[in-house]
Amino acid sequence: MTTSLLRELTSLLGPANVLHHKEDLMLYEYDGSVEKGRPEVVVFPHTTEQVSRIVKLAAKHQVPIVGRGAGTGLSGGALARSGGVMIVFARMNRILEIDLENQRAVVQPGVVNLDITREVEKAGLYFAPDPSSQKSCTIGGNVAENAGGPHTLAYGVTANHVAALELVLPDGEIVRVGSQHGDASGYDLCGLFVGSEGTLALVTEITVKLARKAEAVKTLLSIFDTVDDASQTVAEITARGITPAACEMVDGWTLGVIEDYVHAGFPRDSAAVLLLEVEGLCEAAETQAEAVAEVCRTHCAREVRVAKDEGERELLWKGRKNAFGALGRLAPSNYVLDGVIPRSKLPQALQHIQEIGKKYGFGIGNIFHAGDGNLHPIVLYDPRDAKALEKAIAASEEIIRYCVDLGGALTGEHGVGMEKSELMTLMFSEADFDLMRRVHDAFNPDSSLNPGKIFPLSKGCGEIRIKAKSGG
Amino acid sequence: MLTPDLAARLEAFLGAGLVTAKEEAPGSFAVDGVLPSAVVRPASALEVEEIVRFAAREKLAIVSCGSCSKLELGVPPARYDIALDMTGMCQIPHYDAGDLTLSVDAGMPLRRLEQTLAEKQQFLPLAAPCFETSTVGGAVASGIDSVLRQQYGTARDFLIGAEFVDGTGKLCKSGGRVVKNVTGYDLHKLLIGSLGTLCVITRLNFRTFPLAHVSRGHLASFAGAEGALAYRRQLEAAGLPLSNLEVLSPGIATILAVILRSAKCSVPQGLESGGWCSYVAWEGSEAVVARISREVETIARHTGATQGEILEKSADESLGGMLREAFEWLRFASPAVLLLRLALPEFTTEVSAGLFDILKANSSRGAILLRARGIVYFLVQEDTEEGAALDRLEKAAKDAIALAAGKRGYATLLHAPLALKSRASTWAGIPENVGMMRRVKHAFDPQGLFAPGRFWGGI
Repeated sequence: MTTSLLRELTSLLGPANVLHHKEDLMLYEYDGSVEKGRPEVVVFPHTTEQVSRIVKLAAKHQVPIVGRGAGTGLSGGALARSGGVMIVFARMNRILEIDLENQRAVVQPGVVNLDITREVEKAGLYFAPDPSSQKSCTIGGNVAENAGGPHTLAYGVTANHVAALELVLPDGEIVRVGSQHGDASGYDLCGLFVGSEGTLALVTEITVKLARKAEAVKTLLSIFDTVDDASQTVAEITARGITPAACEMVDGWTLGVIEDYVHAGFPRDSAAVLLLEVEGLCEAAETQAEAVAEVCRTHCAREVRVAKDEGERELLWKGRKNAFGALGRLAPSNYVLDGVIPRSKLPQALQHIQEIGKKYGFGIGNIFHAGDGNLHPIVLYDPRDAKALEKAIAASEEIIRYCVDLGGALTGEHGVGMEKSELMTLMFSEADFDLMRRVHDAFNPDSSLNPGKIFPLSKGCGEIRIKAKSGG
Repeated sequence: MLTPDLAARLEAFLGAGLVTAKEEAPGSFAVDGVLPSAVVRPASALEVEEIVRFAAREKLAIVSCGSCSKLELGVPPARYDIALDMTGMCQIPHYDAGDLTLSVDAGMPLRRLEQTLAEKQQFLPLAAPCFETSTVGGAVASGIDSVLRQQYGTARDFLIGAEFVDGTGKLCKSGGRVVKNVTGYDLHKLLIGSLGTLCVITRLNFRTFPLAHVSRGHLASFAGAEGALAYRRQLEAAGLPLSNLEVLSPGIATILAVILRSAKCSVPQGLESGGWCSYVAWEGSEAVVARISREVETIARHTGATQGEILEKSADESLGGMLREAFEWLRFASPAVLLLRLALPEFTTEVSAGLFDILKANSSRGAILLRARGIVYFLVQEDTEEGAALDRLEKAAKDAIALAAGKRGYATLLHAPLALKSRASTWAGIPENVGMMRRVKHAFDPQGLFAPGRFWGGI
């Protein structure tokens, strides 16, 4: 980092919006993953024009850039793998426009996900993508990672709820893609940029689509004595063409951990629960709830509870959404995977994952979006034990490889980032990489924007590079 | 240019029977009168790779074709050496009914796919026109509208992956076969509406949907646009899950009535009322369908419908099916037709009046079909494709494009007389991000083999 770049950034943004002392930069060395990467300077722009000028300055000094929202990402996407300038969008946090009649809003990237819903809920609208971190994650980050959440089963991921973007390209050019009405003119560039993990452009404004709140919602907690019964239930619900708004599975071990922390009313003595939600018109919610409960009972559900009121419903979801926070109290380190498998293969996948755990001497917990096949196996390990770390890495790789072999994918919502870049060879051929690189180079030819993400650094096959978090 | 020598060499390495020379090539492969030099019909992705590599070596232009039902979309290609007939690739390599996911070859006819999925009580909401003959790849590449977009969205919402041969002649893939996947760039989304300018699509992966137990349709008539649009607004505000929501101006209703009658289908009374009409449809359990029926009828009354009827099953199927085919019958509604598709942030009575003012100013006949939020088909009719009539169509096109641009939308020319297509812009001017589109084009197709000149900005 040259002093002249620092001087120019400070002159552009003011000293209150530029951090460069080591003790300040350490805060931005981490995200929600186990990766690390420290930037050389952190800047806080307030406008798109400032973002453009920062990018141009970085290009002039040949320094890489990485964009960051709240830093809640789980794959190292917002970490500075190669140092450089980190652009944090926290101060671009205004909701610019709300069009209730046409169910649209225009927001800056630093707006917190849940705040969009809070702004429009009185009109009976909301922003559907609901990652577990939605109280703190930002919409810019959601767009970069094409974030999901429990309710994406029925309503789709972030890409399904973004109509248009304003972007700053790696050369500083400000462009717009997509349209107000959601139909692209020409190529679907909006569809390309959502989920590109900040490697093609920086997002400076988002037009989101707002969904209408359902008339009725029913939340069910189904309790099972075996994981297999729960997973067979999910497979059958899917096969019958029932699409709940959400279908989450938590295994018995994880339930105990959650209850110790959140006290959500989850049964400690069960092997697994399904947290199911159906919504729609009253008649539809009623019919679906009955259908779902019937499938649960067919697969030996010990009990099917229906939340009596909004308070009970919120408590159940609090338990689910605070699960990873609960896990963080347990072991020095835990590694959360993010594989996806076809739902028809869920029973065999969960069984195989347990076998992998036994093979390596780990217990593996599960809390995940069963309804769309998005697994989150949790491997607990002590990073002070070098052999344990090595085994955790090997176990994780074997699980991910198994997901891909079943016809699934590396990542359902956390993104590739740094964490899984070396595993991309499990899914993509040289021809696939060549094309993705050409598309990447079309917008980011110098790899100045978020370098070292998505693409494998080596040509080797599946060496995971995971660094344990230090401390507890 | 595919010379006889090159055609012979192409046939030599692909094998006899795969290459049809120009003289024998059916006219169906013509794009606005431009014929290919040869038609090649591959049976596998490997053959597609070989063809593309051959074309790259010999600098030949390729246009991928399915059933050829929508080749008139876009601009005629600047060069057209090889028509790649994809109908020879029509298998379903993977269908996991339990997971509601499907992988299907690009040349699979939509109708045959529908039948296969129906056996498992599922369907794909790619309800595109020319349904009887269209292929899956053609429907996606054309970007043509689906009549079910109100509830199910467009291909962008249920396409989960693709395989395709890029301009370097290599088979590539994007996405996967699971409903949730953020691994790598979503290149498959770029293929939607790309008119074959990026690659040759060989296979598409979709999520499928369960067939509903029960469905219903309703047709309401209104004295004027204001009533029909108020009805539409109230239906949307009510949050009812509707699978179809169409608003028809009197001209469209009249044409539709004629077509239904000539097809020996029953004609709902409202279509011949002389007023604006709105067709809505919904599906679900008996209880849900009954509830929505009551609400639709109530809203129709409250917004001043002059007539309203729940359609009996066969009438509903006929009407819904015919509206799915709107592109097909609108483009042949008169001896000379201009058909534009406008995409607008919202459709108001002001926009409606603006479009009818264009017709009035040009002394032309015409009509409007409003489909889902902001998508409008604007029809302008003349009795001849020559002289002053052609001038009027050209002016109407320019005025409609300007109106769309003024409302922060855009317009696409779906159909026009050939003489007009060479004069008017197929696309609403040059979009502001055409530079970015050129970068994408170059990344996929560095040599410009695929359908050169067919797309926005001369891409």
